[in-house]
Formats: sequence, C-alpha cells, structure tokens
Amino acid sequence: MARRLFLSSGRGRADAGTLGSPELRNPERELHLFKRRLSLAGVLVVLALVGLFGRFFYLQVVRHTHYQTLAETNRIAIVPIIPNRGVIRDRNGLVLAQSYSAYTLEIQPSRVKNLDETVDALAEIVEIQPRDRRRFKKLMDESKNFETLPLRTRLTDVEVARFAVNRYRFPGVEIKARLFRQYPFGEVASHVVGYIGRINDRDLVRIDEWGESANYKGSDYIGKVGIELSYERELHGTTGVEEVEVDAGGRAVRTLSRAAPTSGNDLTLSLDIKLQEVAEAAFGARRGALVAIDPTNGEVLALVSKPGFDPNLFVDGIDSANWELLNESPDKPLLNRPLRGAYPPGSAIKPFLALSALSSGKRTPAQAISDPGYFQLPGAAHRFNDDKPGGHGMVDMYRSIVVSCDTYYYVLASETDIDDTYRFLSQLGFGRKTGIDIEGELAGVLPSREWKRHRFSGKEYREEHRKWYLGDSISAGIGQGYNAFTPIQLAQAIATIANDGTSYQPHLVKTVRGAGSATVREIEPQQAHALALNPEHLAVIKKALAGVNLEGTGASAFLKAAYTSGGKTGTAQVYSMKGEKYSASRVDERLRDHAWFIAFAPIENPRIALAVLVENGGFGAQAAAPIARQVLDYYVAGVRKTGPAPAVTVPDNEDQSD
Amino acid sequence: MAQFIARLWQLLTRRVDSFLFGVALSIAGVGLITLFSASDQSVARLSNQAASLAFALALMWIVANISPQTIARAAVPLYALGVVLLAGVALWGVSVNGSRRWLNLGFGRFQPSELMKIALPLMLAWYFQKFEGRIGWKDFTLAAVLIAVPVYLIKRQPDLGTALLIGASGFYVLYLAGLSWKVMIGLVAAASAAAPFVWQHLHDYQRERILTFIDPTRDPLGAGYHSSQASIALGSGGVVGKGWLNGTQTHLDFLPERHTDFIFAVFGEEFGLIGTLVLLVLYMLLIGRGMMITANASTMFARLIAGAVTLMFFTYAFVNMGMVSGVLPVVGVPLPLVSYGGTALISLFIGLGILMSVQAHRKLVST
Repeated sequence: MARRLFLSSGRGRADAGTLGSPELRNPERELHLFKRRLSLAGVLVVLALVGLFGRFFYLQVVRHTHYQTLAETNRIAIVPIIPNRGVIRDRNGLVLAQSYSAYTLEIQPSRVKNLDETVDALAEIVEIQPRDRRRFKKLMDESKNFETLPLRTRLTDVEVARFAVNRYRFPGVEIKARLFRQYPFGEVASHVVGYIGRINDRDLVRIDEWGESANYKGSDYIGKVGIELSYERELHGTTGVEEVEVDAGGRAVRTLSRAAPTSGNDLTLSLDIKLQEVAEAAFGARRGALVAIDPTNGEVLALVSKPGFDPNLFVDGIDSANWELLNESPDKPLLNRPLRGAYPPGSAIKPFLALSALSSGKRTPAQAISDPGYFQLPGAAHRFNDDKPGGHGMVDMYRSIVVSCDTYYYVLASETDIDDTYRFLSQLGFGRKTGIDIEGELAGVLPSREWKRHRFSGKEYREEHRKWYLGDSISAGIGQGYNAFTPIQLAQAIATIANDGTSYQPHLVKTVRGAGSATVREIEPQQAHALALNPEHLAVIKKALAGVNLEGTGASAFLKAAYTSGGKTGTAQVYSMKGEKYSASRVDERLRDHAWFIAFAPIENPRIALAVLVENGGFGAQAAAPIARQVLDYYVAGVRKTGPAPAVTVPDNEDQSD
Repeated sequence: MAQFIARLWQLLTRRVDSFLFGVALSIAGVGLITLFSASDQSVARLSNQAASLAFALALMWIVANISPQTIARAAVPLYALGVVLLAGVALWGVSVNGSRRWLNLGFGRFQPSELMKIALPLMLAWYFQKFEGRIGWKDFTLAAVLIAVPVYLIKRQPDLGTALLIGASGFYVLYLAGLSWKVMIGLVAAASAAAPFVWQHLHDYQRERILTFIDPTRDPLGAGYHSSQASIALGSGGVVGKGWLNGTQTHLDFLPERHTDFIFAVFGEEFGLIGTLVLLVLYMLLIGRGMMITANASTMFARLIAGAVTLMFFTYAFVNMGMVSGVLPVVGVPLPLVSYGGTALISLFIGLGILMSVQAHRKLVST
C-alpha cells in the first residue's frame, strides 16, 4: 500500500526531473562527469583522513613522551581576581570607606608539614603576635581545604623584603597583595557606613539566592551592616579571572590569560560628614540618636547613633576581647538607635495631635481650655497631672504647644476616638517603616484598637487586656502609653510638616557611579506621602513650633539664634513614679526619662528637619534641645561648635513639662 | 503474532540502510561513552543526550520513508523558512556569550543555522534538478546568491565557522552539478583578492584565532590555550590511551569545551591512537557508504543532495578533528554524532535519513 502511494505521488516529479526536460542534452555525459567529480572528492576524503591519521600518529606516538611530560607538569591554576570594592563618600566628596592594597603573609596549610614550626620560624623574620596566631587558628577551623590563609596582614616593605630573601625556606608560604577596607572617619557615622566582614554560611546562602556564587569566588568579605550591607551588590563589582601556570612548588610562574575584574560602583551619600561630626560631638558621652533630613527631598544629612563603634576593628576579623566589649556593653554600641530604637515620643507628639484635631475639626486654633493643673475622667478618682502644679491657666492651641500643656491634650484625647488618631498619625508615617535604604529598621508602635487586640491575643491574656480603654487614649494623648516610635519616624514626621505635607522616603545614597566610567545614576527622591493639609492649619502649627523656640520650652536653648526655627520638646517616661513627683536625682540613671527634641529651620524655607533623642537625658528642653541647636547652628548658620552641647538650665518660671 | 512482529520489523527496517545505520550508531555510541567521561560522569547529561539521540533516530526513520521527490518539494519552503528565521535571529535572537544564534521558542532555544545546514543543499539540489540539462552561468550566479544570503546572515551573528561550513555545503552542490573548473579557480582567486577586505570585517577574536593558527608561537598561552591543551591531551594519550574516565587533562579541568567542540581530545586522551584510528575508520565507512549511495542515486536531485550530505559529514569530522589536533584554526564546529548537543544530532540524523531515502527509493524511479 505504502509503496503504491509513494509511486503514484512520486511519479509526476520524477518524470519532470528525468524525462520531462525538453533540452535533454547528454545524460550519460553528465552522469559520467558527476561520477568523475564524486571519485575525485572520494580521493580527497581518503587523503584528508589519512593525513589526520598521520597527525594523530605524530602527536600520540612520535611526540608522546613530550606531551606526557607536559601533561604531568601541567598545573594551571584558575585564580579569581577580586574586584576593588566601591568607595563610599559623603555629599561633599569626603571618603567614608575605601579599599587599599596591602601585603599579607599567607600560608596554605595543606602544603606545610609542621605548621607550628613554620610559624615559629616565620616569627623570626616578621613580627607575629599571639593575636595573629589565634586568628589564624580560628581561620583554619573555618576554612575549606587548599585555601591560603592570612597569618599576618599589612606587612611593611621591610618585612616583605626580609621574607622574599628567605622565601626558599618556606614552601607553601607566600606574600600576597590583598585589599583591605578602611574607614577614615572611624566611629563617626559608623552605623550608617557599617562594615564588611568575612563571608559566613548565611552570607553564602544569600549570595546563592542572588545567583552570584561565581562572582564571589575568591571574595573573602561581604557587607555586614549599614550601607556596606544594603548596597553590597553595587559595591562588590565583578570578579576577574586569571589563568596562571604554576610550578611544581605551586607558585605562579606566568600568567596565561587574564580577564580583568570590574571594580564596584562608588556611592555618594546624602550624609554631610562634617554635620555628622558636629552632631556626634554634641552628644558628648550621652547615649542617643539624631536624624537630620532635608525635608524637600528626603536626603538624610546626619544619622547619629551614640555610642558608636570603630568599624576598622571588624576589617580583618575582630578579636574576641573587643567583640565582647562591644556586644555586652550595657550602652549597646552596636544598636542602631535611630532605626531600631523605639521610644515613647512624649510631648514631641503634640504638634501632630494638634494638626489632627484641626484637620478633623475637633478643635479650632482659638478654642481654649482652662487648665487647673490636672485632668480627671468623669466619675473617676484618678488625676492625670500636668507637670506644672496649678496649671497653665487659659490655654489655646498655640499655647498648648509652646508651653507643652498636658491637660489640653488629655481633654482632646478624651474626646477623640483612638482609631481616628491612628488613621491621621499613620499617614504621617508613625508606626510604619520609613523605607530608608539601610537594613534593620523597626516599625515601632502606633496603637489602635486592632493593634491592642492583636498585641494581647495570646492565651495568657484575657478579654479585659485586649479591650481599649479611655485611659489608654489619655496616656497616648501626651505621647506615653503604648506609643513607641523610632527617631527616624519623628524626623520624617517633622520634615513632612516643614515641607507642607509632602514627604519623601528618607535615603542615604544620592548617586551611584559606575567604576571607571562617567555613568552616574542619581537616586531620585521617592515621595512617601502627600497629605492634603489645609495651609491655614499648617500655618498655625508652624507658628506654634516657632513660638516654642522663641518664648516656649525651647527658648533657652535657642537664645539669640541667628536664624528662625521651629521646635518641640518631649520627655518620655521610662519609669512611672506612682503618685510621686518625678525627681531625676532619686531615680537610677537608666530609668530616667528620655529627652526628645524635634526641629526644623529656617521657618520660611526649611532646609533641615531633625529629631534628637537623648536616652535617659531627662528633660527634652535641657538635654536634647541644645544638641539640636548646635547642629542647626552649623548647618543653617555655618557656626561650628565642637564638643558636647551644654545642658541648658531652664528658668524656674518656665515649666519643665517636657 | 510472529507474523505481526515480522511485519512490524519489516516496516521499521524496510527503508533503513543497515550498514549506514550500524556505523552511525557505533559513532553515536562512542560519543555517549566519551560524553560520560567528559561530563565528569554526569548521568543527567548522558540521559539528555540519549533522549536527543532517540528523537533524532525517529526523525531519521521518518525521513528515510519519504521519497526524494517529496523531500525535494520541501526544499523551497524549508529554505525560505530558514532565511526568515535567520533574519528573525538578527532581529529578536537570544544572545549567548555575545553571539546571537538562537531563537527562543518558549519551550527551548532553536538555532536556525542548523536548519540551514540541510535546507541550503536541498534548495540548490532542487534548483539544479528543475533546470537539469540547460544549466548555464546564470543558474550558477543565482545559486551563488542563494548561498550568499544565509552565509551572510550567519556570519554576522557572528558565527564565522558555521557560515563557512554552510557555504561549503552549497559549494559541494555546485561542484557536483558541474560548475566549471575555470569558475572554481576564478572563485579561489577572487576569494584571495577579497581576503584583506574580509579581514577588516572580522571580529578581534576571529582575527586572533587565525593569527594564532598561522603562527602558534605568537600567543601560545593566550588564544592558543585551547589548541595547545588539546594537543597535550591527545599526545599524552599515546598508543593505548590513559583509559576510560582516567584522562588527566580532562578531569583536571585543563580542557575547555570538553563536552562539545573539544570532545575528541577527551576521546584521544583516554583511548589513544587505537581509539582515534577506530573512529577515523568509522567515519571513513560512513562517508564511503554515503558515496556509494550517491553514485547509485537515480535522479539529479538525489545525487546532488546525497553527495552534499556525505561531503558535509566529512567536512565536519575533518574540521573538528583537524582543529582539536592543531592542524586547523579553532572554529566552533562539533564532532558529528559525538559532541554534546541535541540540535546538531537531529540535523545529522535527518541527513542520514535523506541518504537512506535516496538509497531505498532508487529503483522506484530508475529509467
């Protein structure tokens, strides 16, 4: 069947091909020609294959010994060339982190017979401290086989020369040039810049997820904290490859081929390191945080976390003594306070609550209350005290902010549903991560009914723990209670007010520059939220904030300032003195109140907004405001004061309500 | 039952040339054994290649059962499709290692130049058959254009090696169709004259390879690295080889591209001169059988396509082994039926299917 099908379908064309041609000339002649050509091709094929065989014979028999020797001595090592890590600079081009090349003395343990003897012999040539030996032991335990490990880093030229002369005595030991990271400003901005450290197993998983395992061959270090961590993939660069021929001793004899590495990208931060220095100096020995933002674009100008640490300690492996010192200190120098410290805002929350009341129509600016010095819920015996015994008298919205009147906000809170407050404040970014471009930020707590229900949903709590009480609202009304915000959230919120409701996601990196190329990538400001705020309401709040620094709780700190500014003090209770008047002298230092100050300047055209927190600093007006003054003096007026900001004494007639 | 099996067996083997099939399968077997060693005993890679082989065999069987006349009818559409796909590669192709050679089809990548390896000789053979008996210089000129278009498209991918080989497949058809010696000599002269011009248009790496080939001492450890490592592998294999899975060059990572273009070095290192001789003989048997089929073919089309396919087999094998043993420059040509890669395997077995079709159908249309 099939055969017939092929026949019938094939015949037409077959005819056309062989018989249908009208000008059939001489098929026999053509066939003859074809066969001649085919035979010629056949002869050539045989000749070519015989020729190939001749070549194989030559290679595999005649030159066999030669190639066998070559194969045996063929030791070509594929060596990764680690790229130069990108440089981190501040907004004015000052270098915050850079790499430099230095000589290291390295040992390949698998090729050394007696390690201890070798190290002892090396110690006669170059200085090797017990610390170096301990670190080397630690590296050996962690390392994979055949790796070369650094015994001494940063050899001097003299030491390099001394070893070179003695090199023949030490098979398996060599001098290598490695790249080291250096942080010229040391402790300043250490939490921002962060540091790099040796790649561990967790990092390897991360690298694998990026699909970058090949690119990290040969890399020993990776960003661990701060910009070094969050911009790791920009900073690292592309690893190059070098094929080197090595001799029987494993030493490189010559380079066969080389694919050059591409350096990592350079980063320019929005941070002003001089401002940062001023800010850090202003803290003195105090613990705390400061965040300064350019309200017009979200650029972070300073980000202080005190105490800090010296990132240079981490560069070639921190030793255990220093690590314990940092890790176990009660001052928590490794904690990034502006992002990870959540503190009750105290009275610093008041301008935002006032704005909320204006926006919702709960209050007009002129509406005033009479403050007797305390607030009582109807039908309850408990008194919520104002800090000024006897009260502030008649208080309108302006005065409530300027003198920081608690009673005004107790009353407001008692009339406002907590969930309404929640909605307004969360629009300002409270209780949410700001999205700053370094890792580890916390969201803090902006309480609501739902939050409380969720927070106390555990089996150990009962229904009465989950319920929202009016008393909770009253505490929250002056920034105590469940509220807990990070300093960067406060900075972001005051920046939003300063910029008339439009705010930008805070960011530290301004530009990314491709290594060796002129391509610069600007990081565009990302709008975080644009609140449709009534300009009149904003004007009321801004006027009150200006009043704070002119005639209110911030006036002493901002005496004779050369520029206009707005501010608000805050004092957050750490410890509640039941029924007693709080007295700093009677409370353990770590239970003392946290001091807050938020500010922006100049009033007309704000260029900087900031939040200062001094842990256990006491009154905001006393401890935090002077730090803000020193920072604003430098940034706005160019007056550089170094050294700790003095604690101002607040006149007795001014209440110390914050 | 026995009758059914016999019938099935007959159906399966009727058009299959057992000699050609046996030799091709032997070579493919050598390929699988070597691949297992070259891939550091990767079962995944081996089964992958075996699956491609099974698929290629099925295609070979189908093609063998199609008469040359029917195949001839597919020539024009296949050629047109090939050119369109090559143009598509130029416009939307996937780049791998800086060359645009692949089209992404969703389920996998496809290299249209592989299709052209068959489609171009088919097209030319069809054309010469159509105008058999009155072929003049105009036809050869047109044929030259038919060759030049895909060669140009592949050359700019850039894939100079494949472009030259596809050009060669076209040339074989012209040669067998009776292109006059004067023209051929003229072409060689023209090519020599055009060489400096072509040189200008070569990529740096292509120039480097040619220079390195002409003068290996120029850069023995840079561009000549592949070549010298392959020579070391072959030479150190000696007469009997280092034994299967024991090649040091192979297993110490000295050999580049060892599953694909340089697989012959692995084979030569592990099986020695005896192995390379066996492989050479196998290729010679395959090519010899192809030439017999060509000589016995009954139509112009069948003769031309069978001859071109046979000579292409020879060309690939010769160029690859010549490259690995250092007598030809390094061009990206796989060793037929041995190198890893499904697409090449498929187009090679389709070529074998065409040869079998020509052989099986020769009597049906004999005059």
